[in-house]
Amino acid sequence: MNIFTRGFRGRKRDSSGQLPPGQYLTDDFPVLSAGPTPRISLDAWEFTVTTEQGESHRWSWAELMALPAESVTVDVHCVTRWSKLDTVWRGVSLDTLLTDIETEADFALVHSYGGYSTNLPLEDLLGGKAWVAYEYEGEELAPEHGAPARLLVPHLYFWKSAKWVRGIDLMVQDSPGFWEQLGYHDYGDPWREQRYQGD
Amino acid sequence: MDTTTTATHGASSGTRGTKGPPFLAASPSGGAAARTASASTLVLEVIGWPGHLAGQHVDVRLTAPDGYQAARSYSLAAPTDGDRIEITVQRVPDGEVSSYLADEARDGDVVEVRGPVGGWFVWKPEDSGPVLLVAGGSGVVPLMAMIRSRDGVSPAPFRLIYSVRTPQDRIYDHELRRRATQDGGLEVAFLYTRTVPDGETRSVGRITAEDLIAYGWPADVKPTCYVCGPTAFVETVSDLLVGLGHDPAMIKTERFGPSGP
Repeated sequence: MNIFTRGFRGRKRDSSGQLPPGQYLTDDFPVLSAGPTPRISLDAWEFTVTTEQGESHRWSWAELMALPAESVTVDVHCVTRWSKLDTVWRGVSLDTLLTDIETEADFALVHSYGGYSTNLPLEDLLGGKAWVAYEYEGEELAPEHGAPARLLVPHLYFWKSAKWVRGIDLMVQDSPGFWEQLGYHDYGDPWREQRYQGD
Repeated sequence: MDTTTTATHGASSGTRGTKGPPFLAASPSGGAAARTASASTLVLEVIGWPGHLAGQHVDVRLTAPDGYQAARSYSLAAPTDGDRIEITVQRVPDGEVSSYLADEARDGDVVEVRGPVGGWFVWKPEDSGPVLLVAGGSGVVPLMAMIRSRDGVSPAPFRLIYSVRTPQDRIYDHELRRRATQDGGLEVAFLYTRTVPDGETRSVGRITAEDLIAYGWPADVKPTCYVCGPTAFVETVSDLLVGLGHDPAMIKTERFGPSGP
């Protein structure tokens, strides 16, 4: 059954094919966070990858900066329906960070300063699809956008790109993160419109 | 942040792997319930609405004659009332969905809704601890749902601090004034950023730590804090609350950008 809304015409349609279903374009950079913005000094910052064996690999800020960085231009899609095209980021590929880590894990649980978390399959962090990003449009990240560093996984809804990232647990079994426990989709592919559980 | 909240709506109760929450037909009912210059309240009749918690949202979808669709998320303004839900829509310049809902939608029109959505920024009647609500502009909407849900059901002490530009911008103005005198354990303070009403002793200005001290709760009372409004407002208030000693894990935020949907 088709439902039409009397009197609604809508804006001009997106014909670029760059917008996933149900999204609209914005030039803003909206901020959506569940709590206060955590402030993390670079001296205290560290990034830790922990394997399913409990083995930890740590990077200080200086060590992260010493790794080869990449600049990437990507589209980001928020589950609240805004999308932003051609955003420019700089950071370290997860391929670089995970290259020497021995693991049998299939899943990752990403943790943030402030307590946020989000889960995704490990293969979605590899193969040039994910970064620990510390610059946006040529500037340091703003605190409310995840400073000093955030995960960037642009092929999934943007809640997977955890702000204030502090580490990743590699796991044999999937374990839901913050929003994934609260009714949002486990995977979150914007092109399949996987917004809520069961989509 | 430690989460002990679990979503209770039908979509998440063991339906993983099946279809997500469906879109349901909804019709405006009873005309616009309340209006200010910038916001309009709508009651929608939704056959089969599964119920919701105070603070949750609903996705509203509109369909044009050529099949084009646009959807946005709105906070639910009132507790579950059978098949009736209430949303308050702030007009935003060039708002594709908000302009339609605020100005065009009439009784009997058909839109679609999906939800409820969101399980973090919620208050439940069994949460008996003190609550601080801090609203900027239309950020009062989900907080109003909490105040209304509390009425006659919970003795939890509530304090609302509501910052608006001018007295004319107070959404739910009469109801909030009535509740401030009638709902035991509810205190309401209005702050004005542009124009104050006659007799107001606080001068015009954005919210400060002094306001949070005067009208909020001391940190050692350990209130759950809900802060909702434009991004800059929420950033300011949550930083001030952390500065006053509130546990960041007890501060729940929800943000609307200045030109949000």
